Amino acid sequence: MSDEAPLTLKGTPQGLRLRPLTEDWAAVLHALQYALQDADAFFRGGRVILQLDQRPLTEAELLALRDLLERHDIELWVVLSDDSATQRLVRSHGIRTRLPGETAEPSPTAAPEDQQALFVHRTLRSGQSLNYPGHVIVLGDVNPGAEVIAGGNIIIWGRVRGIVHAGAFGDASALICALDLNPSQLRIASHISRSPDERRRKPKPEMAYIRDDHIVAEPWTMR
Amino acid sequence: MGKIITVSSGKGGVGKTTTTANLGLGLAMLGKRVICIDADIGLRNLDVMLGLENRIVYDIVNVIEGRCELKKALVRDKRYPALKLLPAAQTRDKNAISEEDMENLAHQAAEITDYVLIDSPAGIEHGFRYATRPAELVLIVTNPEVSAVRDADRVIGLLEANGRAEAKLIINRMRPEMVRRNEMLDADEVVELLAIDLIGIIPDDQDILAAANRGQPVVLDDRSETGQAFRDITQRLEGADIPFLPLKGPSLLQKIFGR
Repeated sequence: MSDEAPLTLKGTPQGLRLRPLTEDWAAVLHALQYALQDADAFFRGGRVILQLDQRPLTEAELLALRDLLERHDIELWVVLSDDSATQRLVRSHGIRTRLPGETAEPSPTAAPEDQQALFVHRTLRSGQSLNYPGHVIVLGDVNPGAEVIAGGNIIIWGRVRGIVHAGAFGDASALICALDLNPSQLRIASHISRSPDERRRKPKPEMAYIRDDHIVAEPWTMR
Repeated sequence: MGKIITVSSGKGGVGKTTTTANLGLGLAMLGKRVICIDADIGLRNLDVMLGLENRIVYDIVNVIEGRCELKKALVRDKRYPALKLLPAAQTRDKNAISEEDMENLAHQAAEITDYVLIDSPAGIEHGFRYATRPAELVLIVTNPEVSAVRDADRVIGLLEANGRAEAKLIINRMRPEMVRRNEMLDADEVVELLAIDLIGIIPDDQDILAAANRGQPVVLDDRSETGQAFRDITQRLEGADIPFLPLKGPSLLQKIFGR
């Protein structure tokens, strides 16, 4: 997302953290709508933490945001504001004003939220879905009919036969690595590609990324 | 306490009921007491395959609704009296019983027998859930074809999510000559994908159908290779380490002279 964007949207383990960067609420909603359309399946069923800090919010602005999120099946969960009028307004609509179990100071050893990774040690079977805002590492296979969706990179130490989607918030620099990369579909940011239809003889480790607007998969060679 | 085993698959038509009938009889042939429960309420088949259809008086729903004792509803097999069948109700549907009902019933049955074999309905809905709920072991039946394996994978995933039962795999309808021609998944490919223990490979066999139609499961025929494959599974259930049959395709001579 560029610096001029009217908002930042960041996946965190607690929820999606939305921070408006402009006073123009209409522009914020407009940009948000675009972002939600792009990754609808990923956000669906999720919840949003709105980080306002000093900016006061009117009731109309609050309700417009909540309606937009609800149309995408997303809950407006927490509004973080330093403005006491805004806090009262938010609470009157049954929305939290602080994160549960929030500590005053973030622990200094924790990695930034978007650099956290989820480690999964099992095979994902047909019908199972793994969604995580950070990176995902799977020690096991991703079988046909299973899906892994990550905000960051995806590393599969095993066979990939299902669907993997890296950079689901639009990060086109995301990578997908696997010991045997033969997915039914490969997605990075908003790019989609399929595996070649013919069956492969010898699986080898591969790494997929976006180059010149296309997803390419290259065999992993030790340098 | 007897062991409670459910036969399931996800996909329909892969041979769950055939497997239940053959394993039930096979275990009875080993001298074990077996109660087969047909959990496919509304689509009752197990009685037909066992040739016991015309002996049914009461059914599973009668027992669950308390209108008859479990023992009274059991139909004794005509060949091996150690095998008993609790038939499904044909005139009701799956909503007639709950998961708790099935759990209680299966444990009640386990008290008076060595094995309780539950024939699960196809699908992953309510019928599948109540049929697998009481199981210590779930035998997953699949065919060496992509869609059946995919469904088996889904079922194994659901069982793992519950974390209750162990799952073992039966590959049914294996055709060695098709595997050789690379037209069918081979057993290794199926096991590799599903990553659970294999307990049996059943060759594809026209006799199975004929046997089912006669109500004389193929396990009774000691010259049948398919019957042997089922008898081997019963031994493995009993803890014996039986090697897998080498799957014979038609030999060259059989190909030349016809079968």
